[in-house]
Amino acid sequence: MIYQDSKTLLAVRDLRATVNGIEILKGMNLTVRSGEVHAIMGPNGSGKSTFAKVLAGHPAYEVSAGEVQFDGSDLLGLAAEARARAGVFLGFQYPIEIPGVANSQFLRLAYNTVQVERGKDELDPLEFDDFVREKMKLLEMNPEFLARSVNEGFSGGEKKRNEILQMALLEPKLAILDETDSGLDIDALRIVAGGVNQLSGKDNAIVLVTHYQRLLNYIVPDYVHVMDAGRILKTGGKELALELEARGYDWVAAEAKEQAGARA
Amino acid sequence: MSTSLQNLVNRPYAHGFVSDIESDTAPKGLSEDTIRLISAKKNEPEWLLELRLKAYQQWLTMTEPQWPNVTYPKIDFQSISYYSAPKPKKTLNSMDEVDPELLRTFEKLGVPMNERAKLAGVAVDVIFDSVSVATTYKAKLAEVGIIFCSISEAVHDHPDLVRKYLGSVVPVGDNYYAALNSAVFTDGSFCFIPKGVKCPMDLSTYFRINTENSGQFERTLIIAEEGASVSYLEGCTAPKFDTNQLHAAVVELVALDNADIKYSTVQNWYAGDENGVGGIYNFVTKRGLCKGVNSRISWTQVETGSAITWKYPSCILRGDNSVGEFYSVALTNHRQQADTGTKMIHLGKNTRSTIVSKGISAGRSNNSYRGLVRIAPTAAGARNYSQCDSMLIGEQCGANTFPYIQVNNPSAKVEHEASTSKIGEDQLFYFAQRGIGAEEAVSMIINGFCKDVFQQLPMEFAVEATKLLGLKLEGSVG
Repeated sequence: MIYQDSKTLLAVRDLRATVNGIEILKGMNLTVRSGEVHAIMGPNGSGKSTFAKVLAGHPAYEVSAGEVQFDGSDLLGLAAEARARAGVFLGFQYPIEIPGVANSQFLRLAYNTVQVERGKDELDPLEFDDFVREKMKLLEMNPEFLARSVNEGFSGGEKKRNEILQMALLEPKLAILDETDSGLDIDALRIVAGGVNQLSGKDNAIVLVTHYQRLLNYIVPDYVHVMDAGRILKTGGKELALELEARGYDWVAAEAKEQAGARA
Repeated sequence: MSTSLQNLVNRPYAHGFVSDIESDTAPKGLSEDTIRLISAKKNEPEWLLELRLKAYQQWLTMTEPQWPNVTYPKIDFQSISYYSAPKPKKTLNSMDEVDPELLRTFEKLGVPMNERAKLAGVAVDVIFDSVSVATTYKAKLAEVGIIFCSISEAVHDHPDLVRKYLGSVVPVGDNYYAALNSAVFTDGSFCFIPKGVKCPMDLSTYFRINTENSGQFERTLIIAEEGASVSYLEGCTAPKFDTNQLHAAVVELVALDNADIKYSTVQNWYAGDENGVGGIYNFVTKRGLCKGVNSRISWTQVETGSAITWKYPSCILRGDNSVGEFYSVALTNHRQQADTGTKMIHLGKNTRSTIVSKGISAGRSNNSYRGLVRIAPTAAGARNYSQCDSMLIGEQCGANTFPYIQVNNPSAKVEHEASTSKIGEDQLFYFAQRGIGAEEAVSMIINGFCKDVFQQLPMEFAVEATKLLGLKLEGSVG
C-alpha cells in the first residue's frame, strides 16, 4: 500500500552487474518505499533473478557500477549475512537442500542471529518450538517439517512455504520473493500469498519477481515494473500486469525503442 | 572457491609447540642391537626379546605396502631413533612430582590430567614419548580387579596375561608396520577387565609425540573376559615439526563370550602446514577379535590430523552371534592424505557388522575410504550394513571409496550405500541470506553430516569432537 509519510527503503541507481564476465544488469533503477508492494515482471533472461541475488549479495555476481542505498545506508559494501541481518530477505526461487541439518535447528539459528542483531533476546529450543509452531499455522505447515532436514525431500510447494515461514520468523524490512509462485498449485498459492499478505505492513516492503499475473491476483502490487535486457523498461500500476498477461512483453520493448528513437 | 571458503579452511594448528624436556634418546638406526638395547632398557623377559627379534627378522623380508591411495617420500628407517624417554629427575611417587614443564604441556593441550581426571571420573594413562609417566585411578580400578597400566608395567606385573594375548590378534608378521611395531614398540596401554566386570568409568589415554625424529611405536592390548565390558578413549595431539614423524601403532582387542569393548579415538596430530610440510605419518594396525559368542567390538574414530593416515580398525567376528561396528569421521584439509576404513571378517554364525564412514575433504587433500567385508563359508546368516558418505569442501580436494565385498555363504545379507555431497557457494549463500556466517554454516553442515558417528561417542568426547572439527575448518572469514 502507498502511504503518504513513507520513507525510502531501497534506492537502486544505475546498477550494473556481471556474472562470469557477462553483463546481466545494465543500468537498473528502482525506488521502493516502506509499505509498498512492487512486482518485477519480464521475459526469461531479462535479469530479474540476477537483480534479486545481487541485492542479497550472492558472491558469484560482481557489481561493476551504480549504487544501492538500503534504509539510508550503502548496501553493496555489506557481506551477504550483514545484509540479511540488516533486514534484506530473499525468498529463493530454488531453495537449497541441506542434508543432515534439522530444519528446526536452522530456523532457530537464523532467528536468533537476527534477534541478537536487533538487541533482542534469543529463544532456547523449547521456547522457539512454541514460537515457530504458531508461525507454521499461518502457512498451514505440518510441524513434522521441523524435524526434517532443511528442504531435503520437500516438494516444490513445501519448499516455498518453508521460505515464507523464514520470512515470517525474520520479519525483514525488505522481502524480495523470487518466483515464489512457481511450482505451486492453486491451493498452495493461496496459502503462500495469504502468508505474505499477513506479513506485509506499513514498515516493510515487498518486491515480487514473477513471470505470471496470477500471483498478483492474490498479492496486489502498488507498482508493476517490466524488465528486459538488464533494466526496467516500463513502470505502471497493477493494471499493467493484466495488460502484459493479455499482450505479452514484446510491445513493451517496441514501445521503449520507439521512445528512445523519438528522443534521439 | 570463494575467498571466504578458502580462509575458512586455513586455521593454523593450535597445538604446535615443543616442550623443553631432556630426553634419553637412543642413537638413530634399526638393527638387532637396537632391539636388544630397547629390551634391556626396559628390563624385559627373554620371551619378549625373542618376540621382538622374530618380528624384526620377518620385517626384514617384507616391503612397504604400495596399495594405499597416498604418496610420500620413501622413509629412511635408519634415520629414525627408536627409543626416547623423558629423563626423570627422580622416581615419581605422585603427580606432584611430575616435571612441571610436562604438566604445562598438558595444560596447553587442555588436558590438566589430575583435575580433569578426577572431575570427569576418567582415568588417564598419559603417554609422553613412549614411556608412561603416571597412571591415575589405578588403585580404584584394581578394587574390581581391572588392570589398567602401561604395557611395560604389565610385562613385569602380569607376564602370563601379556604373553598369552600379545600378538594373538595381530601376529608379529601381520604387515610391514605391525612387524616394525612388534620389533621396536616402547610403550602403550594394557587393560584387562576380568570375568563379569563392567568397567565403572571410561578409560582414557592421551598420546603426545614430543621428541623430534623419535618414531613412536605404541602397543595397546585390551582384554575383556567373559561378560566383561569396557569403554576406552584414545585422544592424540602432537607439536609442530618440519620433519615428518613416523607413527606405527598396534592395537589389539580381545573380547571373550558376551564381552563388550568400545574403543573411541579422537585424533588431532600435526598434519603439516598448508603446503604439506611436516606432519605425522600415521600407519596404524588396529584389530579386534570377537573370540567368544555374543561378543561385541565397536570402533569409533574421529580422524582430523596426520599428514598421512593409513588405518583400518577391524573386527574378526569369530564367536557366533558376535557384533562388529565401525563408526568413522575422517577429515582432511590442505595436503593431508587419508586412506582409512575397516575390515569386517565374518567367521561365526549370525555375526553382524555395521560400517558408517563419513569422509570430509577440504583444501587440496585426498580422502579415501577402503573397506573389506568378508563373509566366510562358515558364517551362515551373517549380515552387514555399510554406509560410506563423502563431503567435499571446495574444488581442489578428492574423495574415493574402495569397498571390497567377498561373500562365501549364500545365507548372508550384505548392504552397501554410498553418497557424495558438497558444501558449495550456493549452500553457504543460503545460510548467509538468513544471517548465518560461513563458519557457523560449515560447522552446522559438518555436524549434521557426522551426526550418526558423533552419537556413538561418549558424551564428553562428542563435545570435544564437535569443537575439533570446527577448529580444523574455521578461520578468519574474509
